[in-house]
Amino acid sequence: MENKDIQKNYIIDLKNISKTFDDTEVLKDISMYIKRNEFLTLLGPSGCGKTTLLRIVGGFEEPSRGEVYFEGENIINLPPYKRRINTVFQKYALFPHMNVEDNIAFGLHIKKIDKKLIKKKVSEMLELVNLKGFEKRSVDSLSGGQQQRIAIARALINEPEVLLLDEPLGALDLKLRKGMQLELKKIQQKVGITFIYVTHDQEEALTMSDTIAVMNEGRVQQIGSPVDIYNEPKNAFVANFIGESNILEGKMIRDCLVVFHNTHFECVDGGFDEQESIDVVVRPEDIQIVSQEEGMLKGTVESVTFKGVHYEMLVNTGEFLWTIHSTAMSYIGQVVGLIITPADIHIMKRR
Amino acid sequence: MHRKSLAYPYLIWAAIFIVVPLLLIVYFSFFKDGSFTIQNYQKFLEDYYIKALIRSIELAFISTVICLVMAYPLAMILSDKHMTNKQIILLLVVLPMWMNSLLRTYAWGSLLENNGVINSMLKAVQLAPITFLYGNGAVIFGMVYNFFPFMVLPIYNVLCKIDPSLIEASYDLGADKVTTFRKVILPLSMPGVVTGIVMVFMPALTTFLITRLLGGGKINLIGNIIEEQFTRTNNFGFGSAVSMILMIIVLITLAFMSKKDSLDKGGGLF
Repeated sequence: MENKDIQKNYIIDLKNISKTFDDTEVLKDISMYIKRNEFLTLLGPSGCGKTTLLRIVGGFEEPSRGEVYFEGENIINLPPYKRRINTVFQKYALFPHMNVEDNIAFGLHIKKIDKKLIKKKVSEMLELVNLKGFEKRSVDSLSGGQQQRIAIARALINEPEVLLLDEPLGALDLKLRKGMQLELKKIQQKVGITFIYVTHDQEEALTMSDTIAVMNEGRVQQIGSPVDIYNEPKNAFVANFIGESNILEGKMIRDCLVVFHNTHFECVDGGFDEQESIDVVVRPEDIQIVSQEEGMLKGTVESVTFKGVHYEMLVNTGEFLWTIHSTAMSYIGQVVGLIITPADIHIMKRR
Repeated sequence: MHRKSLAYPYLIWAAIFIVVPLLLIVYFSFFKDGSFTIQNYQKFLEDYYIKALIRSIELAFISTVICLVMAYPLAMILSDKHMTNKQIILLLVVLPMWMNSLLRTYAWGSLLENNGVINSMLKAVQLAPITFLYGNGAVIFGMVYNFFPFMVLPIYNVLCKIDPSLIEASYDLGADKVTTFRKVILPLSMPGVVTGIVMVFMPALTTFLITRLLGGGKINLIGNIIEEQFTRTNNFGFGSAVSMILMIIVLITLAFMSKKDSLDKGGGLF
């Protein structure tokens, strides 16, 4: 019964995946489900094992231990060319000896599909990625962004169940990257298949994903929706990696009451032991700056940096140096008060 | 100082030792006692010389094919990232090039002679001696032996440079190993193959040394005929004419090969 449920809702099931290269363990006992038709992002700093995990799903790397189930079937011994999974490689990996059309049609040529049908499908794919009429162009003549789209078209034409994307936007400039993020999300919704996306860019992950798996040092730190991960980070690593954070040590007095910075604060979290040591996360944009009389805490502004939309200020309250984002500017040396509302205090279990 | 000026010493060298001799060859081939003639070229149409030319092309072609068939798999194995000890095998391929080819060919001559080392050993174990030398086989052997590294290295070079993610992309798109080789690896390695073919075919076509030492003077290739004109019969005019013809054949071959796949994409040795 459980198996059937898994088959319905989950397309990929990773069980206890470990991978050791020489003597370094890059993946440590990773188990997770990947839902059908979702946009899942593996997010983490370089060297966290995210690309290795992706390559294991694609079949380019064999795990040292563990199994990969695809629709309930163990595919660990299937070579990549037998998996119903396609990949968009980091540096596109377009075949330089073929033009755009032959690149996209590569997978269909191998399946020996009727030539007319291939032509039709190629032009459909080019339309999907907004490169209509590019059939006869040589790969060298394309810009990075265009090559990227061709790589996506080349993978999608095979109608895979799952598309793997290994930092596909890494080589593009910022503006192009933003555009492609939205476009990728659109494409994913249009073709309605599972995307597994690898990136180290937290903003990219938050923009595109249905689910984010934050990875560090070979382990999955937290899986959840972008909102959950941003608002309720499970530990200090996640809190720090997803956006900037103020992280302080504290103690739970009881449910909804916490002490940190030698001050009692009301909060909305519960379920901890009394007097349990915890970490407190406060996002820089969740701290209000008020006059020193009104503030729950009092501190001196140490630096002010203009960041475009907001100012980033460092405020020293003696116990702690707070990072604060605000659209209103304070002056260096100014003594200010800080207010943190209960909903903006996030409690994390100490590891 | 302009970078360009650094090339001047070589340009002067090239002018003296390449351009001037070339002009002399053109002059010698067309002028006899100061008057224009095409006699030298007409002489080449004689049966004997045409046959020598055809045999030269034939032997060079066979040697090139043998080199290619042996070198490609070796280069593939060597270019494998997971291969251990590949430096040693590469060294073994290159090692003979550190010694003068004249010496090595002489050595093979004395090894393969009717009373040579190998036949003495065969006699010692009561086996019938084998006539290795002074036939097409020995000449082809000599060519393959001498020019084999020139086939391996450029192919090895391009194979190493192929981005491994291209091969992964091919697997990813449903191609098995054989199809991946046929559709991705082989076409991408063509520049190396072309370079290798040129590097083996050209010297094999023009050799006179290997034919002299391992063919024992019985087999006259085009290179031997040219050498004869200059060193023995002192017929500079005819020798120059044959040289011109050979040069034109070489240029045609190069043009043909570079059309097949542009040489400048680089097998690495040019």
